[in-house]
Amino acid sequence: MLKITTAPHLQTSQDIRGIMRDVLIALLPAAAAGVLVFGINALVVVLTSVAACAAVEYAANRWWFKKGNTVTDLSALVTGMLLGFNLPSSMPLWMILIGAFAAIVPAKLCYGGLGKNIFNPALVGRVFLFISFPVQMTHWPIPQFMHIFNFDAQTAATPLNILKHLKQGSQAVLPSISDMFLGNTGGCIGEVSVLALLFGFGWLLWRRIISWRIPIFYVGTVFAVTGVLWLITGDIRYHPVIHVFSGGLMLGAIFMATDYATSPMTMRGQLIFAVGCGILTAVIRLCGTYPEGVSFAILIMNAFVPLIDKFVEPRYYGQRR
Amino acid sequence: MSKIKTFPIGGIHPDKHKITTDSPVVFAGLPEVVTIPVKQHIGAPAKILVKPGDKVKVGTLIADADGIVSSDVHSSVSGEVVKVEAVEGGVGYVEDMITVKVEGDEFEPSIDRSPNISREIPFSADQIVAKIREGGIVGMGGAGYPTPVKTTVPEGKKIDTLILNGIECEPFLTADDRLMTEKSEQLVIGAKLLNKALGIQNAIIAVDENKPQAIAALEAVTKTYVGVNVQVCATKYPQGGEKQLITAITGREVPSGRLPADAGCLVQNVGTVFAIYEMVMKNKPLFERIVTVSGDACLHPANYLVRIGTPVSWLIEQAGGLTPETSQVVLGGPMMGTAAFNINAPITKLTSGVLLLSDNLVARRPEAECIRCGKCVAACPMGLQPYLIGWLMHDHRIDELKNTHVLDCIECGCCAYTCPAHIPLLDYCKLSKMELRKKN
Repeated sequence: MLKITTAPHLQTSQDIRGIMRDVLIALLPAAAAGVLVFGINALVVVLTSVAACAAVEYAANRWWFKKGNTVTDLSALVTGMLLGFNLPSSMPLWMILIGAFAAIVPAKLCYGGLGKNIFNPALVGRVFLFISFPVQMTHWPIPQFMHIFNFDAQTAATPLNILKHLKQGSQAVLPSISDMFLGNTGGCIGEVSVLALLFGFGWLLWRRIISWRIPIFYVGTVFAVTGVLWLITGDIRYHPVIHVFSGGLMLGAIFMATDYATSPMTMRGQLIFAVGCGILTAVIRLCGTYPEGVSFAILIMNAFVPLIDKFVEPRYYGQRR
Repeated sequence: MSKIKTFPIGGIHPDKHKITTDSPVVFAGLPEVVTIPVKQHIGAPAKILVKPGDKVKVGTLIADADGIVSSDVHSSVSGEVVKVEAVEGGVGYVEDMITVKVEGDEFEPSIDRSPNISREIPFSADQIVAKIREGGIVGMGGAGYPTPVKTTVPEGKKIDTLILNGIECEPFLTADDRLMTEKSEQLVIGAKLLNKALGIQNAIIAVDENKPQAIAALEAVTKTYVGVNVQVCATKYPQGGEKQLITAITGREVPSGRLPADAGCLVQNVGTVFAIYEMVMKNKPLFERIVTVSGDACLHPANYLVRIGTPVSWLIEQAGGLTPETSQVVLGGPMMGTAAFNINAPITKLTSGVLLLSDNLVARRPEAECIRCGKCVAACPMGLQPYLIGWLMHDHRIDELKNTHVLDCIECGCCAYTCPAHIPLLDYCKLSKMELRKKN
């Protein structure tokens, strides 16, 4: 019996599960860096988050939404990994469960599941925890490179915290640029090592999972805005390299602003989205009460995505220039 | 060699599978009977001139063009007409066909069968177009638009660029590749004939980068012919789409809903140009063509010179037969070809390939829900938003479809190929076009 189907008779070998697997692989270097810098606690936090997200999605789909098992598409694991990356390594584990619930149920499944959600689930989880448990979410264990089993209660400020509380004209005691690049600073588990995140970026590009546009335009906009202010004022609080290498910018730009479901479909739309994220990040970091602005910037721009998709069309072939 | 050119938006890179690149074209042989459809082109079916019992030779006119947009059909074998009736074709439509029982291989005496290449062009522009009409030549790239109509420049239009489409961007197919490698000089003379018919001096032969033999052969020949140049294009699908090729070569765009002539271009498939050479210079009408028989389930892939009307099943036998792994037989390329409904149907002027594909390639995977990855938007060479078209069509929001420019869709299948959720986006696009045309 010969099969009759319509053209095209070939299909890409890529599928949703494969894409999610590639994203998980791309996140591994940053996970390893987090564990090296913050010790075994970081591993426990990330694994708890991954397991919690998977369990919540499975349970909610089975008993509440009556949909099949969607954990096999691995998207819940990606969300779990990203949520874990956005937490300090000292995070109490029961709070992570609450974060996982917020990320998976209201932010993802209530909208209809993967692809239907408006806001990035991991960021919703993070912001929910940030508002609910501000003390625990800003408790930064001191980075102790390679002392994996050292449980020191000491804390360290993040580079952005130091900048935020810097009085104008006073001398900053900042980690070196190379420490920030490698990840030897205070902060969330997955955000500290720019180098490890760039490895992940390289993997995603090589596997054609994402395009370079959103990350480059996002980071580029932050660099440009802070750079211009730095050139005008000479104030170290605006130093563009510090802003690019610190906080959640790299993690957000590479892994969260590029989330398929919550970013625009067209190239032009993606540029608008990325530049918007960049401007909002700079504004929140420089003018807001919080030292960090990536989560809020991406969530705010997420809200604009349906609007961008409605009004920003690609230039179609043959359109009058 | 000048810069490698390509079209600016969209496109994909499917696996090439060009198994038969190095296989020279061989004559497939004569089957016992051939079944020749009277409609192998866009337009009106040709009027049948023969009846059962009539004796025909190779090249005898057996059906006459009915009107301007139609085409002559010639016998591809010598022998006796046994049946003139409606038969089911390769894709399941019932059409009038002429069945000829093969006896010997006697050619019409007017056909010049000598192997010499005729280089001198003694014909006027009108004579060339008239000859093309007599030869029953149609666009052999797959569209099947009657070539004389295409070579007649519409009133008020000016064509300044002739492009020979030697881009074979469909996986598996190598018929055009072999033609350009083996018959490069005839092709260049064919280009000069078209030049004369159009009243212009230049022609560009576009070849994609993955055909080094064809490029070398053509560049060697074009040295001695002024005005014919080879342009290498990037290996990307759908580089051979008419609009994509025009934009790649000239930077111009064909306005929505208009013809290539509106961009000053005429694009002809190299197979068509070779047929023009053979008809005009050798008096040989279009009764045979090169067909690539290939596929991952094909035992002996090859490039065959096949008489029109040869049953697909007979041709498959020559290439090792229908293997048990074969899950689908595709007529044409795997991206835009059609799945054969009836493999006893004949090879036509438009059949560039017969592909035996296994489930490893053609099994449609289960459809998931859209994850909004945007890959279809990035892949569409017409700058459309296939996900949106699919979504509106699925919800039957026909009025909103008008704003999606779906009527510009060239049905290349990039969207459906690239979708990681395996949504049949091209099916939705085709349905949308049907619904919109129904409304107008």
